[in-house]
Amino acid sequence: MPLLEVDNLQTAFHTRDGIVRAVNGVSYAIEPGETLGIVGESGSGKSVSQYSLLGLLPTPPAKIESGTARFEGTDLLSASPAELRKIRGGRIAMIFQDPMTALNPFMRVGKQLSEPLLLHGDVDNATARKEAIQALSDVGIQDAEVALNRFPHEFSGGMRQRIMIAMALITRPALLIADEPTTALDVTVQAQILSLIKKRQEELGMAVVMITHDLGVIAATCDRVLVMYAGQVVESATRTELFRQSAHPYTQALMASMPALHHEGEALYTIPGLPPDMTRPIPGCAFAPRCAHAEPACQETAPTLQALSPEHGTACLRIQSGSLTREQLHAETQV
Amino acid sequence: MNDSLLTVNDVKTHFQVKSGPFYKRQHGVLRAVDGVSLSLREGEILGLVGESGCGKSTLARTIMRLLPITSGAVTFNGKDLTNYEREALRRVRPEFQMIFQDPYASLNPRKTVYDTLAEPLLTHDIVPRSEVATEVGRLMETVGLAKRFVRKYPHEFSGGQRQRIAIARALALRPRLIIADEPVSALDVSVQAQILNLLRTLCKEEQLAMILISHDLGVVRHMVHRIAVMYLGKIVEQGPASEVFEQPRHPYTRALLAAILRPTADAAATLTDLMLKGDPPSPVNPPSGCAFHPRCPWAAAECAGEIPPLIACGEGHEAACIRLDAIGQTVPK
Repeated sequence: MPLLEVDNLQTAFHTRDGIVRAVNGVSYAIEPGETLGIVGESGSGKSVSQYSLLGLLPTPPAKIESGTARFEGTDLLSASPAELRKIRGGRIAMIFQDPMTALNPFMRVGKQLSEPLLLHGDVDNATARKEAIQALSDVGIQDAEVALNRFPHEFSGGMRQRIMIAMALITRPALLIADEPTTALDVTVQAQILSLIKKRQEELGMAVVMITHDLGVIAATCDRVLVMYAGQVVESATRTELFRQSAHPYTQALMASMPALHHEGEALYTIPGLPPDMTRPIPGCAFAPRCAHAEPACQETAPTLQALSPEHGTACLRIQSGSLTREQLHAETQV
Repeated sequence: MNDSLLTVNDVKTHFQVKSGPFYKRQHGVLRAVDGVSLSLREGEILGLVGESGCGKSTLARTIMRLLPITSGAVTFNGKDLTNYEREALRRVRPEFQMIFQDPYASLNPRKTVYDTLAEPLLTHDIVPRSEVATEVGRLMETVGLAKRFVRKYPHEFSGGQRQRIAIARALALRPRLIIADEPVSALDVSVQAQILNLLRTLCKEEQLAMILISHDLGVVRHMVHRIAVMYLGKIVEQGPASEVFEQPRHPYTRALLAAILRPTADAAATLTDLMLKGDPPSPVNPPSGCAFHPRCPWAAAECAGEIPPLIACGEGHEAACIRLDAIGQTVPK
């Protein structure tokens, strides 16, 4: 049975300029212990799709228009604030991009760390302190007892991210949502933090949702991947399938535009145009205006995510109909 | 080198670290840039890489003379800029321009594109007043902005378009050197590619020299002719880009390259054999000898002794490691 099953989630922001359909019918499931990556550019709805589940969006302007999200027998989307409070920070934990804004600058690390335990677990202060020391050494912070009495600003960026991970994992959650956890960090520290998340994941047997714009992070950490564009999942595949045999022009274009895979001196592949204006209804495929393979039909018929195989789904009409093969797709953006 | 456009000779930029009431008590000296030498030829692109806090941005700002030089010399186009004061600097500044990371912060929100681009043209008398409008149009075309946007304000543009405006503003003064400090790290991958392509074309067509600062080695590899790797205020390795990427010599460069996560199906291995542990040490109180030795998997006792000089290890390729021969291309334990 999946740990979390999200069905047809729709989240919209009611702004003065119109209704922005940030997440527009997203469905997926996460198995216990699995790592699911959600990749997309800014504004693709990857973060909003997760914030919606935990009731972290300000309402208004945000409004969850429809959908269900079953987690351990509770529908997160219809749960009362009190029920959500119990789950959030307990069974589901979250870490954010910027540890400096996510940690309380006025609170000593030790107190912040033990807070979730005192709120969610049935423990006394002494046990909470012991657990906090353990949590800090689990994330590789030496002299944990001294570190407990320090403030967040006394640590480097990488260390702060470790503290945030320790805090998120102290309640032994079943699901960790990581929103761009390494975007603010250097490559060397990024590798350390990602391998730490992986190590703790194995130790605790928890599932992880990894939200990122970086296909490199996806490649290094995820079992399965959702690619989002304009509020929709355009491709869903296992990691190996995605990188060997991507089946959506957007995914392919994203990969082709990454400098890491090019050689010196070559022009980078670029995606023409801009992401669509999300306040207007999009009749056909949202990516069609920028797609090198679009046909007139793509502008008219809205695609849905269809399975090509049990491991792979795409929302590209042309791939689904077979008028565009994956080989053709890969050949045109070959680098 | 006589044909070099920019020569930086043993430049140091130190800051006094103060604390206490009114910041009056002096704590120590932060050696942000500590003896850097490099040179740049016309039309050459140099990549400057390193972790945050290694001094790459401070070095850029020192070269631009936006920060005072503690010691050393910066020579640009045969002129020694080290002791230039305000007015003299103002006159040479059009020749070297800077592009910043955050196009949201580096453009004046109250100026239209026209005002932003016309101001430098008028201040420095680049073109006669009557031709300013034409020149603004030409600049917009160069960076790929439609001319109908000329009366728009920065907030009406996307991040990529704003970065184009910032590039056009830098180009307005017809510089010979551009220093781009993380020009694409605030942009999405697809937009990033557009801006990188634009910068490269410009350098080629206008024979512009560029110093590209980035923490993203993929970006750097794609763009530059030569690369300099900084660690704690010093250059630890520099050389032709292809050579440094294919055959990195300094342990730090090798660790940096090993930490890149490549978007391929087998990238997970990158995380299992990590070469680097911990964070860079503080530049206020750097380790003795080679500053990298506490994190270096190849470090030996002698590494804590003297500060290693840059040692030649190929055509125009040098690395600051005393154990270069001993470690060769071995894999760390």
